[in-house]
Amino acid sequence: MSTEEKVIDTIAEQLGVDKDKVNRDTDIANDLGADSLDQAELMIAFEEAFDIDIDEENAQNISTVGHVIDYIDKAVSAKNA
Amino acid sequence: MTKRVVITGMGLVSPLGVKLEEVWSRLCRGESGITQLPIERYGSYRSRIAGLCTDFTTDGYLLPKEAKKIDRFTQFALTAAVDAVGMSGLDFDTMDRSRVGVIIGCGVGGLGEIERQQDRLRASGPGRVSPFTIPKIMLNAAAAYVSMFYNLHGPSFGVATACASANNAMIEACRQIQLGELDAAITGGTEAAVTDLGMSGFCAMRALSERNDAPEAASRPFDHDRDGFVIAEGSGVLLFEELEHAKQRDASILGEVLGYGVSTDGNHITQPDEAGTQAAVAMQNTLKTSRLLPEQIDYINTHGTSTHLGDLAETAAIKLAFGEYASKLTLSSTKSETGHLLGGSGGLELIFSLLAIRDGIVPPTINLENPDENCDLDFTPLTAREKKIDRVISNSFGFGGHNACVAVGRFCD
Repeated sequence: MSTEEKVIDTIAEQLGVDKDKVNRDTDIANDLGADSLDQAELMIAFEEAFDIDIDEENAQNISTVGHVIDYIDKAVSAKNA
Repeated sequence: MTKRVVITGMGLVSPLGVKLEEVWSRLCRGESGITQLPIERYGSYRSRIAGLCTDFTTDGYLLPKEAKKIDRFTQFALTAAVDAVGMSGLDFDTMDRSRVGVIIGCGVGGLGEIERQQDRLRASGPGRVSPFTIPKIMLNAAAAYVSMFYNLHGPSFGVATACASANNAMIEACRQIQLGELDAAITGGTEAAVTDLGMSGFCAMRALSERNDAPEAASRPFDHDRDGFVIAEGSGVLLFEELEHAKQRDASILGEVLGYGVSTDGNHITQPDEAGTQAAVAMQNTLKTSRLLPEQIDYINTHGTSTHLGDLAETAAIKLAFGEYASKLTLSSTKSETGHLLGGSGGLELIFSLLAIRDGIVPPTINLENPDENCDLDFTPLTAREKKIDRVISNSFGFGGHNACVAVGRFCD
């Protein structure tokens, strides 16, 4: 499964939204209605799904699904390097 | 002049089911809602039996994404509240929402969630603890979520007096309507503490029945062979409404709150006063505020938990409060069927009290085969009894020495 598929699956499960409504351009707060607690929970779900740590500063800069995918790809390759 | 308070809606979640009429039928047939807990998980616990709400679902009430953000005790209260509001026919759009309150009792709050997040904290560190932890575990979440569900703006809070929580909550709701501060209140109690910590904590106190091989016979209030209470989960929520408000909208009135009495043992954190002195004061105050004489009480839904001391103390208290008339009273403990819902029990039992008035049936104390010689009152053993019932007192006593009694009656204009 690609990072993108896994991220979208995680979002769909955590926020209870249809997978078809989630793509790289989707804004997690504005388009999916995730409040600050939802977003914090989502970051934990990504950390667990990909076995990485997302620090607070980076979490603040993530607004779209594309940001998430790019951040995770970088974090995973840094971990494996 | 204080306002009169009537009941116009009821909803429940219980070990006997989640549909009001079905639960009431099962109760009157003397069925037990107590079952064995999974041996794999609870094999090492002294008590391995409980009253679980196995029929419970949030489907049709909450979206799955909403349900997972709230703990089971709040889910119970919310679905019971929706059923109560539905039965009442109240339309909040036509009301002043600042005059509708939500007051819900609960003993411990989100114990299951505390345990899950504590496990995560120990296993993976503080960064993996859910941001929903606090809003899920807080005891006032039940009241808060019901207010949010209906966008209500009147006073909304939780009440915690252990096993008396629901009665204390309903008394506060009654008072606010009597004083003219509210037109209606959603009130009652809820609990979901059949969890590892809940079970082990009560086991450590030797408070629970250990009749693990015969779960349906384990809750036996006032019986000589009782060996502790049986823990259960669930909720009972009622719609209290100011009489004139209910009449103006031609509501179907299920009964009236006649009065209440509250007192505190001020003695021991868990053991009731064996003489029942303060519990008797709570009952006497209930008679006083209801302007009733002892002989006008047709039925008492007792606290009756099936603990050795508790049942003795309640029997003594009833004798103190009712004097000579105690031997003529009709009483029962519906905890014999449902188990003990802790902070939820008073709500469920007030619903049973109102149904007893409606149908003229005293639900039985099942398993009362060999009455304790010191529990020598008419506790309606084994089978239900037909009786015209116009006025009922429902007793609840909680760890901490909290005594809270509520009287309800058939509505007469």
